[in-house]
Amino acid sequence: MTAISMNFAARLESLIGPSRISNDAAACACYAVDEVLPTAVAKPTSAEEVAEIVRFAALEKLALVPCGNRTKLAIGMPPSQYDVALDMTALNQIPHYDPGDLTVSAEVGIPLAKLNSVLSEHKQFLPLLVPWYSRSTVGGTIASGIDSPLRQFYGTARDFLIGAEFVDGTGHLCKSGGRVVKNVTGYDLHKLLIGSLGTLAVITRLNFRTFPAPIAGSRGFVASFPNAEGALALRRTIANSSLTPLTLDIVSPELAQIFATRTPATPEATTVFAGENRAADQSFLQPIGDWFNPREWQLCAAFAGTTEVLDRYARELTLVAERSRATSTAILGDTTRPAVWGRLRESLSMLLEASPATVIFKISVLPSHHAALFTNLQHIAERATLPRALIARAGGTVYFALLPASVNEDTTARLSQSIAQIFDLAFAAGSYASLLFAPPALKERTSLRSQQLVAPASSRLPANSHAELIPGVAQMRRLKSAFDPQNIFVPGRFAGGI
Amino acid sequence: MNPGLLHELTKLLGEDSVLHKLEDLFLYEYDGSVERGLPDVVVFPTTTEHVSQCVKLAAKYEVPVVGRGAGTGLSGGALARTGGVMLVFARMNHILEIDSENQRAVVQPGVVNYELTRAAEPHGLYFAPDPSSWKSCTIGGNVAENAGGPHTLAYGVTTNHVTALELVLPDGEIVRVGSKHGDAPGYDLAGLFVGSECTLALVTEITVKLSRQPEAVKTLLAIFDFVDDAAESVVDITARAITPAACEMLDGWTLRTVEDYIHAGFPMDSAAVLLIEVEGLAEAVAAQAAAVNEVCSAHHAREVRVARDNAERELLWKGRKNAFGALGRLAPSNYVLDGVIPRSKLPQTLRRIHEIGTQFGFQIGNIFHAGDGNLHPIVLYDPRDTAQFERAMQASAEIIRYCLEVGGALTGEHGVGMEKSELMPLVFSDADFSLMRRVHDAFNPDCLLNPGKIFPLSKGCGEIRVRKPPVEAASRP
Repeated sequence: MTAISMNFAARLESLIGPSRISNDAAACACYAVDEVLPTAVAKPTSAEEVAEIVRFAALEKLALVPCGNRTKLAIGMPPSQYDVALDMTALNQIPHYDPGDLTVSAEVGIPLAKLNSVLSEHKQFLPLLVPWYSRSTVGGTIASGIDSPLRQFYGTARDFLIGAEFVDGTGHLCKSGGRVVKNVTGYDLHKLLIGSLGTLAVITRLNFRTFPAPIAGSRGFVASFPNAEGALALRRTIANSSLTPLTLDIVSPELAQIFATRTPATPEATTVFAGENRAADQSFLQPIGDWFNPREWQLCAAFAGTTEVLDRYARELTLVAERSRATSTAILGDTTRPAVWGRLRESLSMLLEASPATVIFKISVLPSHHAALFTNLQHIAERATLPRALIARAGGTVYFALLPASVNEDTTARLSQSIAQIFDLAFAAGSYASLLFAPPALKERTSLRSQQLVAPASSRLPANSHAELIPGVAQMRRLKSAFDPQNIFVPGRFAGGI
Repeated sequence: MNPGLLHELTKLLGEDSVLHKLEDLFLYEYDGSVERGLPDVVVFPTTTEHVSQCVKLAAKYEVPVVGRGAGTGLSGGALARTGGVMLVFARMNHILEIDSENQRAVVQPGVVNYELTRAAEPHGLYFAPDPSSWKSCTIGGNVAENAGGPHTLAYGVTTNHVTALELVLPDGEIVRVGSKHGDAPGYDLAGLFVGSECTLALVTEITVKLSRQPEAVKTLLAIFDFVDDAAESVVDITARAITPAACEMLDGWTLRTVEDYIHAGFPMDSAAVLLIEVEGLAEAVAAQAAAVNEVCSAHHAREVRVARDNAERELLWKGRKNAFGALGRLAPSNYVLDGVIPRSKLPQTLRRIHEIGTQFGFQIGNIFHAGDGNLHPIVLYDPRDTAQFERAMQASAEIIRYCLEVGGALTGEHGVGMEKSELMPLVFSDADFSLMRRVHDAFNPDCLLNPGKIFPLSKGCGEIRVRKPPVEAASRP
């Protein structure tokens, strides 16, 4: 620990109290981002304390990384400077909840599962069933921009985040939006915070509209196919029908295999939906039964409604699946559904646990391009002899993972080559690929650094022009300067070198 | 008007695309609000390149620029508050693509909202945001103001349906943000630009999501003898998690005026009606309609009618959507307010609006999106009576203050524009303004694009010259 760092930790202590600051090496190690360690950890208890810390950091040019329960800190590039970890988990209250208006205001550090358990008392919920569900904070979920299978019906956070309070880079507490479901007062700055990885502001409070929990419960549906085409055809039929399932995902055989053979390391939350009783705290997902065929492509849907509606879904989905030549179909009831749904929700965490060097891409592509994309991704993985897996949301978003069995120079080289090919593939298809998760060693390779984890990119272009191909990247840089003029919030982690 | 700029604009676009005579400009001096603002020149670009060139010319002569769709806005957003060049997008009105498989459409900003829905219909699709002015308002204007409408209760406002934009920045640069799919990498720029009221960029192309037409629709008309009962029904419908596609309220005074004009079938002797629509699978619609009926009956609805067929359904909606036109028969002018409250506060707010009306000597009508707490009180006044106009504005400000007091918002779908810019400090702190100003300046540093909007004049672009309307214009009815 250098004298300067000791000095600033001591001065931070004078701002928010000694019990809220630590520069202990073990504590700092817990807050590492891609192996980069902070010099101190601060755990503010109020938005005012956050503002104090930010003003101090702006003055001293200290780089801050705000975080919740640190489940998704690996998303993004390693920070180019990292002085203080801002642990936001002490801001964990629900200052406002109006069940009659279906709106809630939550402090940033409250775990999603805790918030949903409060909402469930009024038969409401927030449709963010994201990976690491039981541990994820509301703030981390928003800042990471991670999506949930429920986006098929409820949309993403941008559709139900109605306001926010946050500390900007000048250390002032600001707000945008409000606490009502319809509002066009001022710029929608809170939308910019979604997926910003903390680079614009330190979020202190988030306002959401809530949703009624499915009335008569919900059901799941799984259809298996020998190839992706069958699953895609069935999905198209459903999309063109009157049915509006809550989730609609295609799971590749390799991911199905992971589902069938593994259990997520993250324990289950006690409450997911209203009225759903879980046995005990810290329970884990039950294994999937042997009816789940891991060698095939699976189309997984969830639906909800009255008994008549549930019956109609079960009937029609089974019928159209049979017409699409599904090898098997199943309706999941209360006993089987949690095991499958939980795994679908935890797809990303399970993929990360499945290999010592998992690489996960998020590819945003129109659904009509999925068939070609799946084939091309398969070829890339086969050429590099790397195990692979994917999950595709019906709206178009695809998560594609490369899963080497071991880490060594050779696999790193093959991964690196595949990554470049996937960026090129996405670019050629007119879509966007973001490298969500990758081992730090891979991220540090210069080719990646220049691409800043985002395509469209082409290896034929000069390296430093890749980032310029992100739509609006110059405008993003201007926004970053407007929010954070001193560049103290998580520098270097975001798209375009922000 | 600078003759050099006029000459260059005419050279660029041609004589038939430039208006500069006072009698022509007067047509562009107003929108649907009570505000006025006279442009110096009105131009009709037909391409993005035109728009960029016009903006560059305006920048060269340091003249402000404002974009305009159909001019149906209700907050003065598309008015030239400080004069300058007005770009009217009426001739950029092509639907460039309908991609039915991916449920997307790409349109130019001048496409009329309803025309897109009509074009999507053969594919079983439609464009969900449906402002009351949907048969004339443009999608470009919808994007600028983040417009709503009755069916946004279930399907969200404009921003929820926009995935990508082509923009012209105030320096003339053409930029694309977002992606056709929607999950573009980086910050959600499309989310920022939608609803920024043309203060950050001009929109020249829009990619939107199209929604699938529901299998079944039921439109219910619940008739009440007391406004309170109607309001309590809305609270209960929300609290019991019934999710109608639309839930509109018309109070007795408003519905009588509408009925006189449109003959939609609203009962003349009722105190309020709720126009409620439920959509989806036939089975779900049946259950929801039954639940709505049950709630309204429990709150003493005199009758709950279900529209028997499409014709009756369309007539009911015609009554709702053309209500503002009907009100024009009662007074020379009406001021349509736009405030939002938490839905749980609806009954008390309607009582308070009535009190405020009595206090200031106005009959204030209410016709609004009850389901999402978006109020539209209507104050009728005669603009020739300046004292009355002042009183109308005071009463309106009082209502908006009350909305904020109960935890609501300044505007739900009409925008801040000129109308509410001076009320913004009721909501935002100096720190909030400072950040919004820095965001504004990141794109529009010289404040040449739509000056005098959103920000209070003291907190916006420093000293801006707001011109008084010519005397003869101000006194025109």
